[in-house]
Amino acid sequence: MKRLESNLLNMVLSLTIVAVAAAALLGGLYVLTAEPIAQQKIQKQQAALTEVLPNMEGMTIAEGETVEGQTVYKALVGDEMVGAAVETAGIGFGGTFKVMVGFDKEGKVYNYKVLEHQETPGLGDNMAKWFKTEKNNQSVIGKSPATDKLQVSKDGGDIDAITAATISSRAFLLAIENAYKAYNACQGQTVDAATGATQQTTEAESDTIEIKCQAVQDANTDVESQNNETL
Amino acid sequence: MSKALNTFTNGLLKENPTFGLVLGMCPTLATTTSAVNGMSMGLATMFVLICSNVVISMLRNLIPDKVHIPAYIVVIASFVTMVQLLMQAYLPSIYETLGLFIPLIVVNCIVLGRAEAFAAKNGVGLSALDGIGMGLGFTLSLTVLGAVRELLGSGMIFAAGDYAGLTIFPEDYKMLIFVLAPGAFIALAYLMALINKLRK
Repeated sequence: MKRLESNLLNMVLSLTIVAVAAAALLGGLYVLTAEPIAQQKIQKQQAALTEVLPNMEGMTIAEGETVEGQTVYKALVGDEMVGAAVETAGIGFGGTFKVMVGFDKEGKVYNYKVLEHQETPGLGDNMAKWFKTEKNNQSVIGKSPATDKLQVSKDGGDIDAITAATISSRAFLLAIENAYKAYNACQGQTVDAATGATQQTTEAESDTIEIKCQAVQDANTDVESQNNETL
Repeated sequence: MSKALNTFTNGLLKENPTFGLVLGMCPTLATTTSAVNGMSMGLATMFVLICSNVVISMLRNLIPDKVHIPAYIVVIASFVTMVQLLMQAYLPSIYETLGLFIPLIVVNCIVLGRAEAFAAKNGVGLSALDGIGMGLGFTLSLTVLGAVRELLGSGMIFAAGDYAGLTIFPEDYKMLIFVLAPGAFIALAYLMALINKLRK
């Protein structure tokens, strides 16, 4: 068979047929894969949630709610909040990254998981494991932004930055601080004296907390003024 | 028969897409940070290459010359989107690392190049063989390049996700630059020099 001649009718017809066939095929495949893709996303999120939250008997994870622009998943035993996972974003060296941070009842970081990132392979992407590794002062696990200074040691904080990736490290620790703010906003009712120092950071964003925690704050003026100096 | 065999080995050796034709450098340099990444990218490209070669060879007489490029691009782009959807649905861990580069297969010169240079002039069977040969050649090149970079850059080989791979030498001696962009050029250049030397 000889190749079709390049006249207008042939060209229009052949292009239209190719385009329509391709569109139909892709549309069909999209419908077929839509459900598995949605399930993968849910699974991934569930896996991240169970990974970053302490595993307790009778614990249920509440639906996500948006607090201060971040998504908070409360972990409940009965009606009591025993922790929360906060999904937050930060701007790293290579662009926006997403991280899920789990806090326990006392507001300490229980675990975290980097969900998405575009950091440099071999340098910044170490954040997925670096801050969980118990070595020197790398780890943020078991630390609380309330009592520990979650900044890189170069900036006077308590955490060792990733070797050759200070910008990624700074961004990561900032994201944890932000996640803690959201966690704290949810935790409002049960703030105890130990976390008083953080009120000063949250009060600007959240009026309700400010009122609730006024008494606590007064009792903690020492801690606060100390904190002000270091900030 | 010999023509079929020739067509098949052509892509593997003489006209190897990476080291012979030097086509498709963007995915070659960008995705070969590890052997597994390189291999997955190669396999995805191979799938697109085979499918597009077959379909284009079937349509070759039905598409007028003046509109053949847009028609081919639509065919190729459809297959790439299919790979993307299928990978996202059934191979999420590979999709996570390669997702960014999958759409780039559309503009990979190898795919359109083979469509133009081979599938548009040959029958379905031969075009499929050409797709397999070229695809395998591309996959092998990317895997080798990825393996070299991974070995020098991280001391491990064939690490994927949570699987740590084989540790060849301790992490303390790794040469980080090989995992980064400059290392891609360095490793590619040395490999190409080596292969040119061997070929003579």
